[in-house]
Amino acid sequence: FFPWLVCRWRGGDCWCRTVVSNLPYEDQRPRNQPNRRYAGNAVKTNKYTLWSFLPINLCEQFRRLANIYFVGIAALNFIPEVNAFQPQVALIPICVILTLTAIKDAWEDFRRYQSDRELNGTPCLVYSRSQHGFVERRWKDIQVGDFVQVLANDIIPADILLLHASDPNGVCHMETANLDGETNLKQRRVKSPFDPLSFNATVICEKPNNNLNHFKGFLEKDQIKIGFGIESLLLRGCTVRNTAAASGIVVYAGHDTKSMLNNNRPRYKRSRVESKMNKEVLCCVFLLFCMCLIGAVGHVIWLKTFSSVPIYFIPDSDGNETPSVVAGVYRFLTMIILLQVIIPISLYLSIELVKMGQVFFITQDIDLYDKEKDMRMQCRALNITEDLGQIQYVFSDKTGTLTENKMVFRRCTIMGTEYPHTENGESGKWVGQLWSHQDTTVGRDNILPALPMDRHRHRDSTAGIPSLAFSSPLEREVIPDQNLLWSVKEVERRGVAGHWGLQGATHLEFFLALAICNTVVVSTETAQRQRVRVRGPHNSSRSRGLLPECMEGLFAQFPCLRQLSSCLKSVSCRRHSLSEDPVQSTLYDIPTSSSSVVSEDEVQASSLAGPKEVHYEAQSPDEAALVHAAKAYGFTLLERTPSHVSVRLPSGTTLTYEVLDVLTFDSVRSRMSIIVRHPHTKEIILYTKGADSGIMERLRVIANKTQKHLDMYANDGLRTLCFTRKVVSEKNYYDWLVLRQGAMAAIDRKDELVRKTAADMETNLTLLGATGIEDRLQENVPETIQALREAGIQVCVLTGDKLETAVNIAYSCKLLDQQDLVFTFNTENTFSPALRREVCKNMLSGTLAQLPLYDTQEAKVSVGLVIDGRTLGLLLDSDLQEGFVQLCTHCRAILCCRTTPLQKSRVVTLLRSKLGVMTLAIGDGANDVNMIQAADVGVGISGQEGMQAVMASDFAISRFKHLKKLLLVHGHWCYNRLANMIIYFFYKNVAYVNLLFWYQFFCGFSGTAMIDYWFMIFFNLFFTSAPPIMFGIMDREVSAAVLLQLPELYRRGQHEGGYRRSTFWIAIADAFYQSLVCFFVPYWTYKGSDIDIFTLGTPMNTASLFTIIFHLAIEIKSWTVVHWVIMVGSVVVYFVVTLAFCAMCVSCNPPSDPYWTMQEQMSDPMFYLVCILTTVVALLPRYTLHALRGTLVPSDHLRARQIDNMPPHHRDLWLQEWKKLKDLCASYPSLSSSTAQRYSTAQSPSLTLVQDPSPALAQSPSLTPVQDPSPSLVQSLNPKLAPNQGLNSAAL
Amino acid sequence: KYKLDNRKSNVDMFNLTGPSRTNRPDNTAFTQQRLPAWQPILSAGIVIPGFTLIGLAFIGVGVALFVTSQKITDLEIDYTGVAATSPCFKCTSFAAENCMCQMEFTLTTLFEGPVFFYYGLTSYYQNFRTYGVSKDGYQLSGDTYYFNNPQDSCAPYQYDSNNNPIVPCGSIANSMFSDTFQLYQVVNGMKKQVPLDGKGIAWWTDYNIKYSNPALVNGSFANAFSGTVKPVNWSKPVYELDPTDQANNGFLNQNFLVWMRQAALPKFQKLYGRIAEGDYAQGLPAGNYTLLINYSYPVISFGGTKKVVLSNVSWMGGKNQFLGIAYLVIGSLCIVMAMVMLIIYAKYKFTDDDEDM
Repeated sequence: FFPWLVCRWRGGDCWCRTVVSNLPYEDQRPRNQPNRRYAGNAVKTNKYTLWSFLPINLCEQFRRLANIYFVGIAALNFIPEVNAFQPQVALIPICVILTLTAIKDAWEDFRRYQSDRELNGTPCLVYSRSQHGFVERRWKDIQVGDFVQVLANDIIPADILLLHASDPNGVCHMETANLDGETNLKQRRVKSPFDPLSFNATVICEKPNNNLNHFKGFLEKDQIKIGFGIESLLLRGCTVRNTAAASGIVVYAGHDTKSMLNNNRPRYKRSRVESKMNKEVLCCVFLLFCMCLIGAVGHVIWLKTFSSVPIYFIPDSDGNETPSVVAGVYRFLTMIILLQVIIPISLYLSIELVKMGQVFFITQDIDLYDKEKDMRMQCRALNITEDLGQIQYVFSDKTGTLTENKMVFRRCTIMGTEYPHTENGESGKWVGQLWSHQDTTVGRDNILPALPMDRHRHRDSTAGIPSLAFSSPLEREVIPDQNLLWSVKEVERRGVAGHWGLQGATHLEFFLALAICNTVVVSTETAQRQRVRVRGPHNSSRSRGLLPECMEGLFAQFPCLRQLSSCLKSVSCRRHSLSEDPVQSTLYDIPTSSSSVVSEDEVQASSLAGPKEVHYEAQSPDEAALVHAAKAYGFTLLERTPSHVSVRLPSGTTLTYEVLDVLTFDSVRSRMSIIVRHPHTKEIILYTKGADSGIMERLRVIANKTQKHLDMYANDGLRTLCFTRKVVSEKNYYDWLVLRQGAMAAIDRKDELVRKTAADMETNLTLLGATGIEDRLQENVPETIQALREAGIQVCVLTGDKLETAVNIAYSCKLLDQQDLVFTFNTENTFSPALRREVCKNMLSGTLAQLPLYDTQEAKVSVGLVIDGRTLGLLLDSDLQEGFVQLCTHCRAILCCRTTPLQKSRVVTLLRSKLGVMTLAIGDGANDVNMIQAADVGVGISGQEGMQAVMASDFAISRFKHLKKLLLVHGHWCYNRLANMIIYFFYKNVAYVNLLFWYQFFCGFSGTAMIDYWFMIFFNLFFTSAPPIMFGIMDREVSAAVLLQLPELYRRGQHEGGYRRSTFWIAIADAFYQSLVCFFVPYWTYKGSDIDIFTLGTPMNTASLFTIIFHLAIEIKSWTVVHWVIMVGSVVVYFVVTLAFCAMCVSCNPPSDPYWTMQEQMSDPMFYLVCILTTVVALLPRYTLHALRGTLVPSDHLRARQIDNMPPHHRDLWLQEWKKLKDLCASYPSLSSSTAQRYSTAQSPSLTLVQDPSPALAQSPSLTPVQDPSPSLVQSLNPKLAPNQGLNSAAL
Repeated sequence: KYKLDNRKSNVDMFNLTGPSRTNRPDNTAFTQQRLPAWQPILSAGIVIPGFTLIGLAFIGVGVALFVTSQKITDLEIDYTGVAATSPCFKCTSFAAENCMCQMEFTLTTLFEGPVFFYYGLTSYYQNFRTYGVSKDGYQLSGDTYYFNNPQDSCAPYQYDSNNNPIVPCGSIANSMFSDTFQLYQVVNGMKKQVPLDGKGIAWWTDYNIKYSNPALVNGSFANAFSGTVKPVNWSKPVYELDPTDQANNGFLNQNFLVWMRQAALPKFQKLYGRIAEGDYAQGLPAGNYTLLINYSYPVISFGGTKKVVLSNVSWMGGKNQFLGIAYLVIGSLCIVMAMVMLIIYAKYKFTDDDEDM
């Protein structure tokens, strides 16, 4: 029975992969192996082999149009009638470019090859039938169908279907940091236990795909199918943790594995400057065409002037003269060869080099380095650095991007009672301080045994907070609300577990729900340690690394100390149990993995004082925060296995629930549930938590009070979650279970079915309460947004959060200002779609009609726009798009809430395509991937939510604040540098090539070059190639400090100030002028004399070199050592190479023979006089223009440079001056307007558009002022408004 | 060895204890783009000294050049013979062979020496591309293999109609200027020949390195060229170019070398000889002179002219007014610019001050 035949039977195309064990076939030839058709585990990411390198690489290179052009020109040179140079010599440029590119490719490929080889050679354990056990093999030997065992902390070699784990519950943990950067442990579960030798089932699973979170298939054995999903798949590249050994059958190997399929190469985007540059290249082609045409026509006319054949004409081989028209065509082609350099082919190579340099400098920036994560800025796309300097719209995610995504439990409401947790608000800061302090002192505390208790007491009293939890990140810091704590204790004292009164029960149930309704994994201390150690340098402080050794030494010396220490521990732990505070002993957290003595103590201590320290591995920071909150109230999650979950109650009793099912979170339902059986009552209980939108409509009883509290939370910028409970009858549960299992085993539409069954269960819920979790703003977010604003960048925030939460975050991060006029687009859910659309349309047209009123006012009001996701969906429809886009252009800030990932990307795409603006999207989570990919520039924040965003991004940073420097400094620099470099490159080529063109007028348009062809090659290759590249990498107009201080300097790039069509043509015109000077000054000097061709060419070449170099010198804004070396070096190289070549090449490439011309010229004083005069005349206009511009119309940049040049204290003064002046200018209109007017604008900053279902109002849409009390949203905005009003009136 | 180990363990410890440094970029002036830099800002005030300096220097150089150029005298004698009144008119017809004509001129003052004697051509495109290519450098460097097998670049002056190789092959050699000149001073009705020194008129490197004659065969120079034929337009083979001086023959003939160095522009002159000997070492004294021309080179067909140029040279070469004038003009322009800049600077300086007040 051959598996692939099964495939055939199931009809048409094979949707699945069938895998059977390899063991029965172990000794057979490869031909008979059942799984031989699947890829092996050896990976090969290198493109070339030693032999195939040349042909394949050449093929790839010739896909570029530019190279084909070059080869075409070279080939043209082989036609004798047409050739301009010796054919062989004409091949040199293309060969050089091809070789350089090939070397680059080869080097990259070799590095890939090396890393592949290392990976393929990694040892692993594979089951062998002959050895009856796992034997060591290499990764590359693994085949699909092999049984592989992975030990703890080993990297998984292939995608393995987990069949056995050392854990008695059949659970295996793995860390996916290598894959997606998530450091939490993921659980994998054994679905069917096995024994390798007797394994005779067939594994049927889907074809390899790149979805890391999805996998489906089933085991078929004797007609019984056991379904499995991603929860049973070990992924290649991940690391096994907390599990001694895990084994399974390989289902995907090598390139078929999910990690390899996810392994995308850096993306190649075309930057805007480059696509614009391509148009200029076309201009150059046109220019070339014109010049060649002039040459051809000129040649024909020139030929016609001769009545007879001059003695210097060369007849063709038959002795006939070529007809003049044919000669004209020939000359046209010759001219193309001669003037080919005008099309700057080497520009492409130079740009690549420049961008490599720019990327180097960006990644090297120490300001963009994040110390905590030990991460530099990453440039994943190598060729859009300059796009960073042209951004007009920034689309940002909120959670994790603007905020930390480190959740702090702030408030909760239970049964309509609100517990404000006032102390908790302060704790964050306090812990931060203590934390940094503690790092350095903890060691001393332990080493000096006389003091510790006093110390702790002392510190407690000064801090004024009764409990301490050292070594905790933010989310673990929860200080219980005293009232709530008291009532919880009361309830617990009164009742026995599980038999509480109705009122109290809710309190307890609420915390139980907090503790168990999640997917948090409890891991042990040791596992945590191992992980930290293996992962290397992520520990934050130096003292920690040294400490164990010190401790060990100390304990070894003084055994009494050891006792004392353990004694202390038990004391402190006892204190813990006495006070019932969630105290963790300080001593616990000393990393003691290297000190066996201490860890023994630890075990003792923990057995003495009760349960040991637990660590939580949560997939989302919210969950971690909630579990820690529950713990703070004494509800400690102790253990979680697939089958049960244990919680310790405040009283100390441990409840172990049997877990019947977990309905995992998905964004459609926006909730998750867990079904458990109560250990005492045996009731089946469903705990559900989720966003209020996903919960409220499923409640048995509408909870108005809680909703009010939720609104308040949202107003404060908290993330809200509702918790519900439901008791399910046995019958209902088992009925449902049948459906559920059916859904789980389904292959087609599995997700949908599973979701539907989950939703079926989550009905008629009873609300327990809700929580408010704070997501802190990242540092410097308001400043960054402010700076981006000043830089003329529109910032849009697209978030999945609630409208109120988002609006509040927007205010606090300065996206919206209290002075702003805010339009809110929000359509109620209750309307029919058609009505909603109508309402939305009216709102839009109403707002648009309103806007000019504000624009024309003297005091220009900046407009903010807040849109709800549902409304956004309507606005994105084709008929409303135009209006929406128009509205967006008027808005200073746009905030979209409750958006789906798809909507995010659609907003970006819409604005990008309709407005033609340069967009940047920044986000940190998987939900931002669409948006990041849709934008011109995608920036990923490597944050809490894994690496998907980073994987999809072009640039990866670690904090939002880095965006400021990335755009304002690096973007600005890169753009200006590249733009200047490209313009210069065009100029350089035109200036040089035109020299040859002018000569054509004096040689009968015959295509003679007065400069030796070798020198022409050298000129581009050696003499003038390095300066522009250096210019493109290193020039700096304004220093980073000033750029950061004056964000408005960024605006030039947005309007393509550095690289305009006009700039291009000015450069070309200048090039024409300079080439005329470089040609005609020597021409008139040597006219009529006995000078020969190459001797005339020498001063022209030299003067041209000086002109080109000095032209760049005028353009260079700051001269560092590198600049000097390269500029002076280029001139030196010119003379050295030219002299050497002129001395060596007697007749090495006839007919051109520059022999001794340079020496001849350099012994003539006239040569120097000519060169000096030519250079001065050529550069005089540009120099004068720059000088005049510097005085008459100094640009902002010039002013900034002047400020930059000042001594530091002066500079600060001037910067302040500048800012003041700017503020004055900005506020001038409002100053002139009456105070009353100003007051009125301040009074009604938030105008809310509220739709009314009555058609009358819908037809005449109007702006409803905030004071209108009817809609709930308006109310919700009011609290924010009030202090502002006070502030304003106070100011007035 | 101890040191090495020590360092290694240091590194290890470093990694262990200072993990934050692992990925941290180097904080150097270069990587952080903080290299000390000179940042010139061009403005009216700053460029004034530069313009003044350049202006003054240029005017100085310009004056020197102009004066030097003024001192140089040159005399051009067009002998094409287009006009019927010209003595050489008779030689322009095709029938005329071995035509001699005389041009007469008078010097009123001493023509200071050393005097250079040039012949000049106009509308003659020695820089025509296919013409310039038409020679065989290997042949000219005396490589006898190329005597029998001239390079293809010489075509169609590679082989004659009988398929004999042409030496020197190619169009440049074939079209070598063939007029010869003799200069006489008329003293008391008697013609006194002015010696034209044709030695050393070619580039030293051309004569000594680039070109060389083939080795003698059987003691005879002519034998070295056996099996080859002279260029079509030539009257004499290359080894008999100068009957008066055996050493001035073959590829090392000075006039041949001068001719082979292609002129850059269609109007050019080439050195024919120097007047630096005997009575004329100090120059040509005032008086009447006769130029005897052996007229054989056709130029009228393509609208060219022929001339003889007598010129004395200075350090800056032949007479050329352009450079001096150009320097003067540009120098003055710079001075003017400096003044304009000064005005602008002053104006802006004061307005700036006003603003500051």
